[in-house]
Amino acid sequence: MTRRTRRRLIEKEICSCSIFGAMNRSGERFGGGGVIEAIANMHVRGNGLGGGFAAYGIYPHYRDYYAFHLMFTGTSESVKRSSKAEFDAFLHQGFQVVHDEEIPCDDSVWVRDPPLAWRYFVLPDPKGEDAKLSEEDYIVDKVMWVNTRIDNAYIFSSGKDMGVFKGVGFPEEIGRYFMLDREYRGNIWTAHGRFPTNTQAWWGGAHPFGLLDWTVVHNGEISSYGTNRRYLEMYGYKCTLQTDTEVITYAVDLLMRRQRLPIELVARILSPPIWNAIDRMGEKERSIARTLRMVYGPLLMNGPFTIIIAHHGEMIGLTDRVRLRPLTAAARGDMMYLSSEEAPIRLISPQLDEVWTPNGGEPVVGQIRC
Amino acid sequence: MTGPRNPSDIDHPSSADQKLPSHLSARTAGQGIPDEGSLERSDPGDEAASPTAETSNQVCGGAVVDATGLKTKELSDRLRDLMLAGTGRMIVKNACGQRYIGTRLYRPGQASLQIEIFGTPGNDLGAFLSGHRILVHGNVQDGVGNTMDRGEIVVEGRAGDVLGMSMRGGRIFVRDGVGYRTALHMKEYLDQKPVVVIGGTAQDFLGEYMAGGIVLVLDLGNRGHQSNFIGTGMHGGAIFLRGSVNLTQLGKEVEISAPGEEDHALLENLIHEFLIRFPELAARQEELQKSQFVKLTPVSKRPYGKMYAY
Repeated sequence: MTRRTRRRLIEKEICSCSIFGAMNRSGERFGGGGVIEAIANMHVRGNGLGGGFAAYGIYPHYRDYYAFHLMFTGTSESVKRSSKAEFDAFLHQGFQVVHDEEIPCDDSVWVRDPPLAWRYFVLPDPKGEDAKLSEEDYIVDKVMWVNTRIDNAYIFSSGKDMGVFKGVGFPEEIGRYFMLDREYRGNIWTAHGRFPTNTQAWWGGAHPFGLLDWTVVHNGEISSYGTNRRYLEMYGYKCTLQTDTEVITYAVDLLMRRQRLPIELVARILSPPIWNAIDRMGEKERSIARTLRMVYGPLLMNGPFTIIIAHHGEMIGLTDRVRLRPLTAAARGDMMYLSSEEAPIRLISPQLDEVWTPNGGEPVVGQIRC
Repeated sequence: MTGPRNPSDIDHPSSADQKLPSHLSARTAGQGIPDEGSLERSDPGDEAASPTAETSNQVCGGAVVDATGLKTKELSDRLRDLMLAGTGRMIVKNACGQRYIGTRLYRPGQASLQIEIFGTPGNDLGAFLSGHRILVHGNVQDGVGNTMDRGEIVVEGRAGDVLGMSMRGGRIFVRDGVGYRTALHMKEYLDQKPVVVIGGTAQDFLGEYMAGGIVLVLDLGNRGHQSNFIGTGMHGGAIFLRGSVNLTQLGKEVEISAPGEEDHALLENLIHEFLIRFPELAARQEELQKSQFVKLTPVSKRPYGKMYAY
C-alpha cells in the first residue's frame, strides 16, 4: 500500500447563492421534504447566512384569509413580546383576526437568534380614507407601514393560502426548523440558500421576499438598486429589508399585479434586449422593445441575476439578459423544476422528460392548469 | 414528488435536449447503471484489467466509488486514495453535484486514469485535468474542463455554461448541446491545442475572448445555429460551424470564411473521433462528411489593443 501523501487543503468558499423551484402543474400538493433535499444538495453555494422557502396552497382551511407571517426580532424575549403587543394593537384596528398562533418550529434544530415568528389569518377592515383603496393596495399599504413604523416587527409574508419561511442558517436548517417537510403541502415551492455579498445577514434579509402572494428568490446582485429603489418609492414602496432583492419583488408587484403586464413584457423591462439586438428586430417588435426601455428604463435590473418569481398558479424563472448567473429548467410529467444546477433536480427526480438551459432574459413560465 | 431512490431504479436518460431529434435524445434503455454484479467484481486497488479500446464507452473492471451522500472533498479524497493505491480505472456511481471531479488527480509523467461517472457530476468537472480520460454517462453542469491541460472528457448528454473555459490542452466531446460561453478564453501554446466538439448547438457567446484551439459545432439536430455574440473578442484559434450562420450573430472581432483543404482534413478527423465516441450516431457519418461548414477566425490578434493603450 502506498503511503498516503496528502497536502492540507484550504477550505474553499464557493461564493454564490442557490435557488430552486418545484411546481406540480396539475395543482397537486406535495410536502417540502424533496425541496429541502434539493436545496441542501447545493449546500456549498451558500454560507449559512440565509435560507428560506415559499410555499403555495399550504393553508386550505384559511384560504380566503390573508396569512400574515410576522417576525419580532430583538435581543430579549421581552423586546420581542413588546413589539408583538404593539403590532397586535395596530392589527386589531384595521383587520379582523380570524386566527393567530406561533408558527410551529422544531426547537431541537439549532438556529442563530431566532425571532418570535407568528402568523395571523386576517380579513381587511379598512376605515375612513383607507376604504377607498383596493383590498390589495390596502394590504400593501399596511405591510409597508408596519415594516417601517413598528420597531422590530416585520411582515415577511402577506398572501392568501401561501407562506414564506426564512431565516439565518443553511436552507435545510431553516426548512427543518419550520418543519416544512412535516407540516405543509403545497403545489409550488421555491427555495433559496444565501451567500450575502453586500449586506449583513439577518432574518428579514433572507429570501424569499414576499408581498401579497408574490415571492422572489434571487441569485446575483442588482447594481441598479439605487435607481430602481428611487423609482419604486414614487409608487409608495419602501425598501426596509437592507437587500437588493427587495426591489425585484416590488417591481414585480408594480408591473404584474398593479399594471397587469404579462410576464413576456415584464421580462423585457427587467432584463431588456440590448440596443443592437433591438435594431435587428422587425418593426413592430422593435417599437415595443424601444418603448419599454424608454418608459421603464429605471426598472432595468442591471447586474448579474437569476430569479424565480412565484404567485398562485405560476412559477417563472428569469436571468439577466446575458445570463451571468445559472439557471437550469426541467420537466417530468406534471412536475416542473427550476434550479441553479441540474444535480439537485436529478436527486429528487432521477428521470426527466426534458432539461434545458434557458436563454438569457427569456422567461421560463410554468402554470398550473385550471 | 420524491422519485425512486433506489439506485437500481435510476437509469440515465439522455440529456432530454428537447431540441434534438428523437434518435438523438431517446437513448435510455441499456444506458443505465451497470448491474451491481458486474461492478462489484472488481475491487478497489485492482489494476484495471481489461485494456479495451480507449474509445469504447463500456464499463469494464475498475474500482467503484458510490458517491451517494459524499461531499465534494470526500469524493475527491476517495479518488485520490485510489490513484495513490495504483488504481487505473475508477467508476463513480450516483454522482450528484460533487464538484472538481478529476482535479486532484495531478500525476505528471504517469499513466492516465480512466474515470467513468454515472449520475450528474457537479460544476468544474475536470478542472485543471492533467492527462486523464473522463467519461460521463449523463449530463454535466457548468465549467467542465475549466483550465484543463491535457486528457479527454466525453459527455453522453448535454453540458451547462462555460464549458472549456480557459482550457489550454486536451479534448472535450459533448454529444448534445452546450450552454452559454463555451470555450471562453480558451488558449493554445505551441503543440498544446485544445479541442472542443459539440454534437448539438451552443448558446450565446460561443468562443468569447477565445485565444486559441479548435471548436467544432455539429448541430446534429439540424436546428440551425441560434446563438448570438459568437466569437466576441476572439483573438486566436478557430471555430467551425456545420451549416451556416448569420453575420449579425457574430461578434465584430471575427471574420467568416469557407474552410480550406487543411481544414477539411481536420474536420474529417474530428468528426471521425466524435463518432467513435458516440457509436449510436455512426449513421450520420456520411451526412456529416458531406455537409458544408463555415470557419470563424479572429480579425486581429489584438482586438482591443487600441482601446486601453495609446
